[in-house]
Amino acid sequence: MQDLLYFSQQLINGLTIGSAYALIAIGYTMVYGIIGMINFAHGEIYMIGAYTALIAITGLTALGLAWLPLILIVALVCAIIVSSTMGWAVERVAYRPVRGRHRLIPLISAIGMSIFLQNYVHLAQGSRNIGFPLLIEGGFKFGSDGHFEMSLSYMQITIFVTTLICMTVLSLFISRSRTGRACRAVSQDLGMASLLGIDTNRIISATFIIGAALAAVAGLLLGMYYGSVDPLFGFIAGLKAFTAAVLGGIGSIPGAMLGGLILGVSESMTSGYLSGEYKDVVSFGLLILILLFKPTGLLGKPEVEKI
Amino acid sequence: MLEVQNLSMRFGGLLAVDQVSLNVQEREIVSIIGPNGAGKTTVFNCMSGFYKPTGGKILFEGKEVQGKPDYRISRLGMVRTFQHVRLFTQMSVVENLLVAQHRHLNTNMLAGLLGTPNYRAREQKALDRAAYWLERVGLLESANRDAGNLSYGQQRRLEIARCMVTEPKLLMLDEPAAGLNPAETQELNQLIVSLKEDYNVSVVLIEHDMSLVMDISDRINVINQGRPLACGTPEEIRQNDDVIKAYLGEE
Repeated sequence: MQDLLYFSQQLINGLTIGSAYALIAIGYTMVYGIIGMINFAHGEIYMIGAYTALIAITGLTALGLAWLPLILIVALVCAIIVSSTMGWAVERVAYRPVRGRHRLIPLISAIGMSIFLQNYVHLAQGSRNIGFPLLIEGGFKFGSDGHFEMSLSYMQITIFVTTLICMTVLSLFISRSRTGRACRAVSQDLGMASLLGIDTNRIISATFIIGAALAAVAGLLLGMYYGSVDPLFGFIAGLKAFTAAVLGGIGSIPGAMLGGLILGVSESMTSGYLSGEYKDVVSFGLLILILLFKPTGLLGKPEVEKI
Repeated sequence: MLEVQNLSMRFGGLLAVDQVSLNVQEREIVSIIGPNGAGKTTVFNCMSGFYKPTGGKILFEGKEVQGKPDYRISRLGMVRTFQHVRLFTQMSVVENLLVAQHRHLNTNMLAGLLGTPNYRAREQKALDRAAYWLERVGLLESANRDAGNLSYGQQRRLEIARCMVTEPKLLMLDEPAAGLNPAETQELNQLIVSLKEDYNVSVVLIEHDMSLVMDISDRINVINQGRPLACGTPEEIRQNDDVIKAYLGEE
């Protein structure tokens, strides 16, 4: 019983963090699916989302607002707007002018964007950790009579539910809406989509904006979960989410979701049963292992070179 | 309707197309033929906005279109196919036709989320048009299959249907019969003729096999090694000495 509770606790922690990774990973995978390149500034967009949410929460609290749902919704909307604008700007500045050139060029310009955004936040907000107010407190406790107590906090439930809603809306958008249909067409054959009269530039912008909006949601959620943000907040999360996207098969949206969950669970299992120091070793080791046996990732499709 | 004047295209030291001219009237099927490597596809690529020609003019309904981006040209009503089929293979057959009507649709996301009457009405119209063309090319039963699972002949017909739902004025087909068996080719030729007769579409056709285009073309342009060789009705082309030489070699 104790073991089961302990295991469940690790599973819950893993799924919480994993679903947030999945939200960020979608941004990587969608951009890759459309233009075949990695958006290296994505982690920073996530970080800026977290900062914006924090600023909004602080501002609203200072104004004397106390109704929690309103604060959260306003913070979420602000974060989404600012991050989406950033995502759009990254594409305009770092990708569009060099599109169609050698693949390394947009890669370098995106890394440049990433360094710029990180240092901009350094300057504007300082390099120290800033505490995130604990807004959602409490939770359920199980098995309190024994030695180990399993807890499921309201914050974790919020992360699950929000991620679930985002994923559902995104899946519906991609499979049902006209813009989603155009996104799929552009990702399969950009040239042909353009010939059929689809404005591919708009679709590419939309992809960056959607990815950035989801990263902003993750920024708010993980900021609250960890309780603090700093300018390097996006670096390691971006790396993890990128790993999740590759693990699941880059270019595949269900793959990003799955990859995020697997990564999150494997991390928390390692922390729980081995040691916290080993969690990155295990998650990146897992990535290497999966890529050895399935180079396109779990749900990725084998890339067929177009003639 | 379409007028190509002295079109030239140079790739570095190679003059792939040299002073080619052709014109297409309304409701006319014009073929461009020539041996492999004659520059036929290059002419097409210039016309559809894939390449920016290095010389000459392309007038569509009196407006210069050379060097314009491809999606602009297709919005004017000139659409093309490729030598190899380029369908969205991981989308269903009907989705291929819907996505081609993207620019006719209301893409307002808010309208889509709310399902406004206008949004739904246009979606319905697009579906109706897709169903009409699927019926027309005999693919209605396969509407929900992935386009990649169709046979090659079916994919060719779907590609033409996908062009037609955009309501083009001019259809540019690059070797539409490539890879088809004689029966499928016959079917395709009938389809092309009916596009002209029933839907008032002009067609420009590329083919390297002369026999295929003789029956359906109103006029034929022959190019060889990037240069115009002859131009006229199928009958005139059949008897043209230069053409016979280019195709069969000199005695």
